[in-house]
Amino acid sequence: MATDTTISEKMNDTAEMKADWSGGKPPMKASYGKLMMWYFLLSDAFTFSGFLIAYGALRMSVPTWPVPDFVFQSFPGGFTGMPLIFVTVMSFVLIVSSVTMVRAVQEGKRENKRGVVFWLLMTAIGGIAFLSCQAYEWNTLIAHENMTVFENPFGSHTVDGVYINDDGSEGETFRAGDSYLVHKTHGDWHFRKFRITSGENAGEMAYETLGPQAFGALFYCITGFHGFHVFSGVVFLIIIAVNAASGLYVKRRNGYEMVEKIGLYWHFVDLVWVFVFLVFYLL
Amino acid sequence: MAHHSYEEAKKLVYKGLILLAIITLIEVIVSLFGKGHLGWHEAFYLTWVRYIVGFVIIVLSLYKAYYIVFEFMHMGSETKSLSRTVLLPMLLLIWAIIAFMYEGNYWNNSRSYILEQNMETSERVVPDLPQEGPKEETHHMEESH
Repeated sequence: MATDTTISEKMNDTAEMKADWSGGKPPMKASYGKLMMWYFLLSDAFTFSGFLIAYGALRMSVPTWPVPDFVFQSFPGGFTGMPLIFVTVMSFVLIVSSVTMVRAVQEGKRENKRGVVFWLLMTAIGGIAFLSCQAYEWNTLIAHENMTVFENPFGSHTVDGVYINDDGSEGETFRAGDSYLVHKTHGDWHFRKFRITSGENAGEMAYETLGPQAFGALFYCITGFHGFHVFSGVVFLIIIAVNAASGLYVKRRNGYEMVEKIGLYWHFVDLVWVFVFLVFYLL
Repeated sequence: MAHHSYEEAKKLVYKGLILLAIITLIEVIVSLFGKGHLGWHEAFYLTWVRYIVGFVIIVLSLYKAYYIVFEFMHMGSETKSLSRTVLLPMLLLIWAIIAFMYEGNYWNNSRSYILEQNMETSERVVPDLPQEGPKEETHHMEESH
């Protein structure tokens, strides 16, 4: 008897599922637009995964890699020696803008036009703030630290050693794994000289070299691609805010669904940043 | 979302904000600790510290990703068939990550092997040392970590 009920329940389930797919209504109970937004985000997730996995593979393929705490330690106002503080601020900006987006969607569900417009504009401002932070970060790297797509001045030592000053005296010491930044003076790289104090070549003199070449290209490509997503998100947010303010969505049968769709996209941008933040700055 | 009142939903959102902010803060603190910035300077040079710190940060990031997808994007209130078609393909990435990290490590070994070979040939080319036998050097190719 018990088996009979389970079997009939199973048959009911199958019947329901068949009914879902028998046409006339969306089988996944989501509108076409929302469904396609999900699949677009899935494909975009694979694009970003491809980039981040390439970063991982290239990072593994060289003996040393610039330490993010050393590379990203500037803060607006000329501060330096503040590792990861500025990118943490950037993360907070994006998290807050994600939360304001959720608020916009909630107001959309209540058909509160003013609320939708207000929170959408807040979200757009968050996006612009994030882009400004990124502009500062890129400017520091390009204009002050001379990192390009082809050259990366951030290196790490593979041996212990001690720097030799220009007058031949010994300067500061360093250990294997410590990072350095090669400076440019009058358009030429200035590689500092040092004496190796550990390993097979102990006692020999050596010069600093440029760091792993791929670092610059990977950084600009991946954060640039993410920044481009943020930028297009801001453009869409503004367009939808204008549409909402003009009362366009009041007349629509699906109401404020456009707000939900741009919401999905915006949360995805935040989601990608979680992993860009993890891979570039934290690990 | 549908089963929460508007006021409850609003509260949940701000709870989410605080949760994500705190997790991000913990991540940054753990990462800085692992890089030797918070008191214990030696941590930066220890491989096992790097592994533990990396593991903790990755788990926290995955939790953040889960929270964004299920709470902010409401994946939980979509039908099962929809959430499966979006989430299951992501499992393919597990193999992609393993395979490419392995490959990257292989490139690293190949690079250091070629470097050693080049050094040996250039040493053999030195004209003063023709009578010396071929150098017997052990290849330290595999890094200990």
